[in-house]
Amino acid sequence: MIHDFGIVWGERALLLSGLANTAILSTLSAIAALLLGFMVTPVLMSKQPVVYGAARLFVDGMRCVPFLLFAYIVYYGFPSFGIRLDNWTSGLVALTVYNAAYMAEILRGAWAVQPREPIEAGIAFGFSEIKLFRRIILPPLLLSAGPVIGNQMIQIIKDSAFLTIIALPELTHAASSIQSRYYVPFAAFITAVFLYWGLCLIIEAGVSSIGRIADARR
Amino acid sequence: MADSTKVLDVAGVSKRFGDAEVLSDVSFQVGKGETICVLGPSGSGKSTLLRCINWLERPDAGQIYLNGERVGINNAGIVMGDRELSGIRTHIGMVFQHFALWPHLTVLQNLMEAPVQVQKRPKAEVRDEALALLAKVGLSDKRDAFPAKLSGGQKQRVGIARALAMRPDLLLFDEPTSALDPELVGEVLVVMRDLAREGMTMVIVTHEMAFARDAATRVLFLDRGRVVETGSPDKFFSNPETERARQFLQRYAGDIANNKR
Repeated sequence: MIHDFGIVWGERALLLSGLANTAILSTLSAIAALLLGFMVTPVLMSKQPVVYGAARLFVDGMRCVPFLLFAYIVYYGFPSFGIRLDNWTSGLVALTVYNAAYMAEILRGAWAVQPREPIEAGIAFGFSEIKLFRRIILPPLLLSAGPVIGNQMIQIIKDSAFLTIIALPELTHAASSIQSRYYVPFAAFITAVFLYWGLCLIIEAGVSSIGRIADARR
Repeated sequence: MADSTKVLDVAGVSKRFGDAEVLSDVSFQVGKGETICVLGPSGSGKSTLLRCINWLERPDAGQIYLNGERVGINNAGIVMGDRELSGIRTHIGMVFQHFALWPHLTVLQNLMEAPVQVQKRPKAEVRDEALALLAKVGLSDKRDAFPAKLSGGQKQRVGIARALAMRPDLLLFDEPTSALDPELVGEVLVVMRDLAREGMTMVIVTHEMAFARDAATRVLFLDRGRVVETGSPDKFFSNPETERARQFLQRYAGDIANNKR
């Protein structure tokens, strides 16, 4: 067993590059999903039935599709429509679009319970457009949605493991190739598990510091 | 035509929500240093009137002038965009019934936010002025506290200081004490009374009759969206002209007689 971990240690460069790719992939798609979510949220709150219906369909549709299938569709299915994306782009697109649906729903929920008066005060005090959003609406929204957004980021990190099936060289892919080359499944996979856990701990540290900031204001 | 010697000129403002006519043909003027108290039963359109002044609600008809400048409609005769409206709104301070402080900012930051971000005034100058305003409302020790940690009366005093930090030409109060526990109303009224004495130009929607009688230079009595009576508080409270005003005042007779607060 020690010997197995020795083999994994010998391949640490591969694992670390997998870890780095997982981190990059998750970070980029988390940011993109959040931004996309911000764009979908107002549509989700629209009073126009058609507009609202389309956004609802997207959000509910995405949430009912297993991520693995969705990744398959983007990578293997889109070329049938002439959309051919490499594995990195496919992975990023799949993770982003899929999680944007969750982010939109999270933000909609947080937005709906924000008191209206402070925003109105912002308008009355001369804030408008982007500045109103950035200085008055966004900060309390992020403080209250922060923990749930953090959970979703953990979900993104875990979902990214599925992208091994489209040969994206992320952490699970690295662990998997080490195990198939040396046949050390336990050592390879458990090492990957601990590395994922490490990533999640970083997210959780971020979430709890947002929590502390929010608590001070409650 | 706008009377440019007046800070505020409201001319024939009407507003309806669906089938309900909330304001019909409301006109009044406010001179510099005046304290106007807007009185009337709930649902009479008082808050809507206030919100029409800074175009938080868009009036259906009528004109509003601030220092002789038309609010909401530009020289070309079209409705102002957000940006243009913002410029005008920075001259009108507003105090809200439920305080409406920005929860993510400290007390001092609440005061500094709009002057620095919207009016683009130098931070150091704004800060000095904000600290002076906090001293004035008796909350110097709370400058680094978040709004959630304050009592209602303290929150509203911050709300008033925040509005003053904009150096407004006109201050609007939308039932500033209605959300407060009775024992906290006094501390807010003291601040408002001081402002009236200092010659701040104010339009105050309130149910505090004793305050209106003592502090107002003029009262405006609204009923079902119309100005039913207007005049000096002495005359309005001791000898109202209309039956509606008499009935309204009867309900507050106890308050006024006891000179509560």
